[in-house]
Amino acid sequence: MDFQSCVNIKKEWDIVGARQLGRDIARKIGFGTVDQARIATAISELARNIYLYAGTGKVCFEALEEIDHKGIAIVAIDNGPGIQEISQVMEDGFSTSGGLGAGLPGVKRLMDEFNIHSEEGKGTEIRVVKWLR
Amino acid sequence: MRIPILKLHNYLLISIQIDLDDQTAIQFQEDLLSKIHENGASGVVIDLTSVDIIDSFIAKVLGDVVTMSDLMGAKVVLTGIQPAVAMTLIDLGIHMQDVPTALDLEQGLIKLRQELEE
Repeated sequence: MDFQSCVNIKKEWDIVGARQLGRDIARKIGFGTVDQARIATAISELARNIYLYAGTGKVCFEALEEIDHKGIAIVAIDNGPGIQEISQVMEDGFSTSGGLGAGLPGVKRLMDEFNIHSEEGKGTEIRVVKWLR
Repeated sequence: MRIPILKLHNYLLISIQIDLDDQTAIQFQEDLLSKIHENGASGVVIDLTSVDIIDSFIAKVLGDVVTMSDLMGAKVVLTGIQPAVAMTLIDLGIHMQDVPTALDLEQGLIKLRQELEE
């Protein structure tokens, strides 16, 4: 880890702010346009989840640099109600907000690694990673 | 922010050239439906050449506006979806199968003419 920055998610426009910053960081790391789009879209979904379900939270970016590969980690943190049934929200088509339900399973497909930790009444933390190929 | 909607004969042309936030997308949906109503437009082309991200929300708004316009009697064609955007949408699990699309504005207008049999 050599770089970290966060965007607070409080209002709708912050979703755009988060994905633009994430995209910039991804470009600097060396990701191509397709992966930049994947990363920006994943950030958009994560930030929207915070805005919709928790109200406020933050999305943090980390440039990953290991001996043989580089990547980007995105961590979405909120102190919202938490997720009761994680297995349920990871199913395609499941949504409690009337959206498309593409949310989390979609994010998982866009990225290489996906970790979710949620505690009812305390909040949710989702960490996703994309490696540079 | 408002997205400009241009009238060309009985068509409406829109080129989205900004990073769409949710509010702008919803506003655009309303603006387009009002314009169709005002002008009695029979066809609409929404060009997405300059759009470099479509997430599930924006995809839903675009898909809905196609269905809504259809209910009013206007055909909508989405044009210029970038390769990266197409790949991302499929990863997200969004297929937009019922949405008419074309490679670019020119092909979009040809498609509209065919669909409307003019």
